Amino acid sequence: MSRASFFVPLGVFVLLAGLLLAGFFLEDQKVLPSALIDRQVPEFSLAELHSGRQLTRADLPAGPALINVWASWCPGCLVEHPWLMRIAAEKKIALVGVNYRDDAGAARNWLQRHGNPYSFSLHDPEGLFAIDLGVYGAPETFVLDHEGVIRYRHTGALDAGVWKETLEPLLQKYLQDHAAARRGEQI
Amino acid sequence: MMPRFGIWLLWLSLWPGTPAAVVDAREFPNEELRARYDQLIYELRCPQCLNINLAGSDGAVAKDLRREVHRMLLEGRSDREILNFMQARYGDFILYRPPLTFGTLLIWLGPFMLLLGGFLWLLHIFRRQPETRVMTEDERAQLEAILQGEDDSRP
Repeated sequence: MSRASFFVPLGVFVLLAGLLLAGFFLEDQKVLPSALIDRQVPEFSLAELHSGRQLTRADLPAGPALINVWASWCPGCLVEHPWLMRIAAEKKIALVGVNYRDDAGAARNWLQRHGNPYSFSLHDPEGLFAIDLGVYGAPETFVLDHEGVIRYRHTGALDAGVWKETLEPLLQKYLQDHAAARRGEQI
Repeated sequence: MMPRFGIWLLWLSLWPGTPAAVVDAREFPNEELRARYDQLIYELRCPQCLNINLAGSDGAVAKDLRREVHRMLLEGRSDREILNFMQARYGDFILYRPPLTFGTLLIWLGPFMLLLGGFLWLLHIFRRQPETRVMTEDERAQLEAILQGEDDSRP
């Protein structure tokens, strides 16, 4: 028996132990990847929460935007609400709300009470648009680039870490891309 | 009488019961459609709650998805179309029978490949012949001497 083969069991053990150890550092399995990344925002036809006007994908703001799925019954939405107000106050990024499985009156009251960060909110009482977005709960936030392509999805409440480390840099990039594209059109 | 009753109770306690299912009152024009509905919500996973199928989940999104499955069935869509609809929105995750991809193939075949590797290694060990050598005449004589306790050849 050659000397090297004495180390085979040890090698196998180390390999297995390493594999199992790596399991500890796997990403949180509750964070499911979105199937819609790098795809266009799905088509929709929904009433605007306040005006009742029927809106479609063509009514989405030009340039990068955040789509935020919220509801008056959702505690996480209240948690992230101050962040959305701050983002709205900066006026750099358009915020589109999707009012998810909610009563329109309750939703309007909620916005009146806590402040309305959204350019407009789509009223989605049956969660139809939410299904097309692959939403599985509120709050969820989608990052749209300047061409209306979904680039990122965050599930759960936004906080300082998510905003500073992920969303803001992404949006910054798409803002620049948007500006570059507009310059290109003018030439 | 009483001990027998006790044994029955014991057996009854082993009865697993029917798996939890949420019952929506849904109308179907025929039993075939209802059976397909039951099958579909059985093999679609609730995206909200992990490891529960749509049939067993009381989550908001599961309710909506069951409603959509029902609607699409009444519209005459095929099972494949409905599964594709779900997969396009929620990814492979929603399918309890995920498609064969490189990753899932590795999971399916990985253990067998490990087993095969182990067998090959064992075979390799067993096939290795121990070294054998025929004794020379001198050695044979020396052995005889040792066995008889007259080790004369030793200095």
